[in-house]
Amino acid sequence: MTDKQVTHSPDTEARQDAALSPPVDVVEDATGITLYADLPGVPKERLNVHVEGETLFIEADIVLELPQGMQASHAEVQRTHYRRTFNLSRELDPAKVSAELNQGVLRLRIPKAEHAQPRRIEVQVG
Amino acid sequence: MYSSQFPRDLFAQVERLQREMQQAFDTNVSPSIRGFARGYPALNVGSTPSSVEVFAFAPGVDPSGIEVRLERGVLTIEGQRAPVAAVQDGKTTVHVNERFDGRFSRVISLPDDIDPAAVTATCRDGVLRISVPRRESAQPRRIPVQ
Repeated sequence: MTDKQVTHSPDTEARQDAALSPPVDVVEDATGITLYADLPGVPKERLNVHVEGETLFIEADIVLELPQGMQASHAEVQRTHYRRTFNLSRELDPAKVSAELNQGVLRLRIPKAEHAQPRRIEVQVG
Repeated sequence: MYSSQFPRDLFAQVERLQREMQQAFDTNVSPSIRGFARGYPALNVGSTPSSVEVFAFAPGVDPSGIEVRLERGVLTIEGQRAPVAAVQDGKTTVHVNERFDGRFSRVISLPDDIDPAAVTATCRDGVLRISVPRRESAQPRRIPVQ
């Protein structure tokens, strides 16, 4: 799984610039890959994870309840949209991606396809 | 370290650098005596006539594990975040590790007119919101003309 550099037409450029790139952890084990992404402030209904071809898209919006008439005096998070894309390698099964969102952390499980699962070959003693 | 010469590590480093640069340009925060540190949790602070609102972006931390203290006008947010649970059985590989883990502590100094007794803190979707009301006497008041 590798980060994807996407080339964009000028009209999508502005939107692309306006997105935060969430930090991720990617852990691989024998049966698949687990991806964790920090998406604080994102409720479940504003998270959009989808796979197109071999590309995994993570998009999400921050929803904060701001009091009326609040003036920001210090802002380290200055955008409200998260976006990050990854290239999935062929042995991963995009149809079986599962996602859960808990306390602002997205956990994605991408299992390896059947044929790519490790197989133990019995050694016959002849 | 030998492994750091491999291209993937190099790309990861370049990317981290890019992200840090982007974030550095994003903020035009005036340097404070308590440091320019941007860290975990990221903080947004806003004010209304009746309160000061602090938003701490602390994903993946149990609310009970976050300690919020207010002492002589200085608000401290402290806690600890566990690293990703990777089974050390020799069969798991960590490909990317960008998320923060470990102890964190962030400090904000609040204005003088706040009421330290009435602070509330709520946590939702990994964002801790601390609402510090201003004292009644400091709030703008309309004086009726007789």
